[in-house]
Amino acid sequence: MDFEISEDRRMLADSLGRFLTDQYGIEHRNVVAYEAPFHDPVKWADLAELGVLYALAPEDHGGFGGSGFDVVTMFEQLGRALCPEPVLPQLLAARLLIAAGADLEPLLSGATRYAVALGEIDAPYALDQITTEAKEKGGDWQISGRKSVVYGLGAADALLVAARHNDRLGLFQLDPSDADVTTYGMIDGGGAGEVFLDNAPAALLFDEADAALQDALDWGALALSAEAVGAMDAANAMLIDYLKTRKQFGRPIGTFQALQHRTVELGIEIEQARSITTLAASRMGTDQQSRTVSMAKNLIGRAAKLVAEESIQMQGGIAMTWEYPASHYAKRLIMIDHQLGDTEFHLERVMADLQPTP
Amino acid sequence: MDLTYSPEEQAFEAEVRGFLRDHLPEDLSTKVRTHRELTKDDMDRWHAILNAKGWLAATWPIDHGGTGWSPVEQHIFEEECCRAHAPRIVPFGLKMLGPVLLKFGGKAQQEEYLPRILDGTDWWCQGYSEPGAGSDLASLKTRAVRDGDDYVINGQKTWTTLGQHANRIFCLVRTSTEGKPQEGISFILVDLDTPGIEMRPIRLIEGGHEVNEVFFTDVRVPASNLVGEENMGWTIAKYLLLHERTNIAGVGYSLQALEELKSLATQIKRGGKPLIENPLFAAKLAEVEIDLEAMKLTNLRMLSEAQKKGAPGPETSMLKIKGTVIRQAINDLARRALGPGAAPFPSEALEGNAALVPEDHAANAASYFNNRKISIYGGSNEIQKNILTKGMLG
Repeated sequence: MDFEISEDRRMLADSLGRFLTDQYGIEHRNVVAYEAPFHDPVKWADLAELGVLYALAPEDHGGFGGSGFDVVTMFEQLGRALCPEPVLPQLLAARLLIAAGADLEPLLSGATRYAVALGEIDAPYALDQITTEAKEKGGDWQISGRKSVVYGLGAADALLVAARHNDRLGLFQLDPSDADVTTYGMIDGGGAGEVFLDNAPAALLFDEADAALQDALDWGALALSAEAVGAMDAANAMLIDYLKTRKQFGRPIGTFQALQHRTVELGIEIEQARSITTLAASRMGTDQQSRTVSMAKNLIGRAAKLVAEESIQMQGGIAMTWEYPASHYAKRLIMIDHQLGDTEFHLERVMADLQPTP
Repeated sequence: MDLTYSPEEQAFEAEVRGFLRDHLPEDLSTKVRTHRELTKDDMDRWHAILNAKGWLAATWPIDHGGTGWSPVEQHIFEEECCRAHAPRIVPFGLKMLGPVLLKFGGKAQQEEYLPRILDGTDWWCQGYSEPGAGSDLASLKTRAVRDGDDYVINGQKTWTTLGQHANRIFCLVRTSTEGKPQEGISFILVDLDTPGIEMRPIRLIEGGHEVNEVFFTDVRVPASNLVGEENMGWTIAKYLLLHERTNIAGVGYSLQALEELKSLATQIKRGGKPLIENPLFAAKLAEVEIDLEAMKLTNLRMLSEAQKKGAPGPETSMLKIKGTVIRQAINDLARRALGPGAAPFPSEALEGNAALVPEDHAANAASYFNNRKISIYGGSNEIQKNILTKGMLG
């Protein structure tokens, strides 16, 4: 048994972490995350230049990573910095392009940014409820429907869309300029958008895509879990620092037992969150992948809410302000639960598989 | 034991409901219902409508232009206003300073200021907290030094809600550093036009501007603006906070928010069915309804007690703690119900056919984040627990 991360991943974490610390400080982040295009195209290019996107894919697909641990290492760093760059859609796209046998180099080099349009208003998380339809006419495909809250849409050069035909899900690629697109910023920073498709021309990447789409969603949920762990670590460090320095009634408020015990509870939940995320990372590619990812995303949803709400409450009014970074960590931690399946959605998936071990 | 309102109270309830139906402007109730920001003009307009009816100062006696209502009548009025989506009465003049002047103010102060609160000439704001004095309010450092017929004020106040609309501020200031910190505090009224005052906005977590910092540099205020005696400010502050805490349970807000949440949960679809039919979501909704039903009665029990004793007591801390926790739980579910649709900043680009959530609910996430304040302000829930601890454990 060895819980140390490998030398390669240590280097990935260090170089990404250093880049984000030096280049993506919270003040810069809070400017670009909340103003169109809701990320920083220059920093995106720098990030790609660093080569970190190659960690999203295994060697036989042109990358240098692609394991659960690579993804966790990377997204923990992104979470620590509250980075609003659209890396998550690249992970989903990479998994789908691998399944399609497509060339990943434009994605891994950062030259082409993808957005992945799966969720719909009445079906934000569940693939089996997708109603967007694909029609074939003489070998050409056209798609109609609406995709909702597509992350990184404004920044995207290419769009991957899940659509139904003959009761099966296919994966299609289309040019965002062929769709009617509305983009917006999100309350926790970063951009998303709505995609309105009215017989939009598309290329079929592959048919019977259900399993590949589920796999991509699992990887996305793993990445969000790791992002939350990184953000919780940073938020907790900020809280502890505040409790040690803020004085009321003549002493640091961290000397009050009522706050001490609550802080310790956060520490326990963060370690639990780290453990379940590590477990899920270890089971990527196994038959336990989906179930363990759902366990992680559920536990993360609960822990992140506790950390967000308690850190605001214990730091008090200051944590209610835009100027103080803790408020932005709290927003991200809460809103991660609104992405790729919330605590209840993933709880239901774990509940569906509760048979006793034979 | 009889848990219903008396016939007189029921008649009063019907009267209030009828008045709101006939006189609450629809544009205002729509704004409140959809959690849009109210302008100063919106709030002034609503105050004027209530004042014309004589219903603006619910807690004041009749001979000062108030309603003379009992605590139960005040409660009925608040509940009906919430149900009708009326704007909240801005509390600083009407619910905070008014009662203070009535109890501690001189006759001249009462005659000068109370009518100006009622007719909207003055908009008051509160100068209590400081960067270094939050939960430990008594450690406040803003100094007021007597100089002839004036006090000269230097220091900084913060969390001044809606100060951007105000022309006057009531402040707690330090007039003595002798003895216990509580013994050197005074309560003083300041005209915000006085030279040396600067107000700066504080942007909140969800992006809104409702609180401010106020800086005082050599601000000269007539000594006649002192309320009560010098160094008795702490007694006044405690009295004011107790008044601030009546109706702090916010039961009316919670009831309204729960109704909106139920309606939302019938409109949102998950797995091909309305969200309200999802057992996990329904269980959470049912739990908060149970808590709120109990809270309604806890609130009425304490109200009835206060009516008998003539004044609210420390049990209002219990109402504040449980009331805010329940409201926040409803806000939490209203945000969660939207799924990914909670994420966009409320945007005009997303109205009409482009809307991705029912339009009354586009600001649910913003409301959830903003309402994390309610367990912090007016004495944080931790401070309320300290107050209750003294009563229960000695």
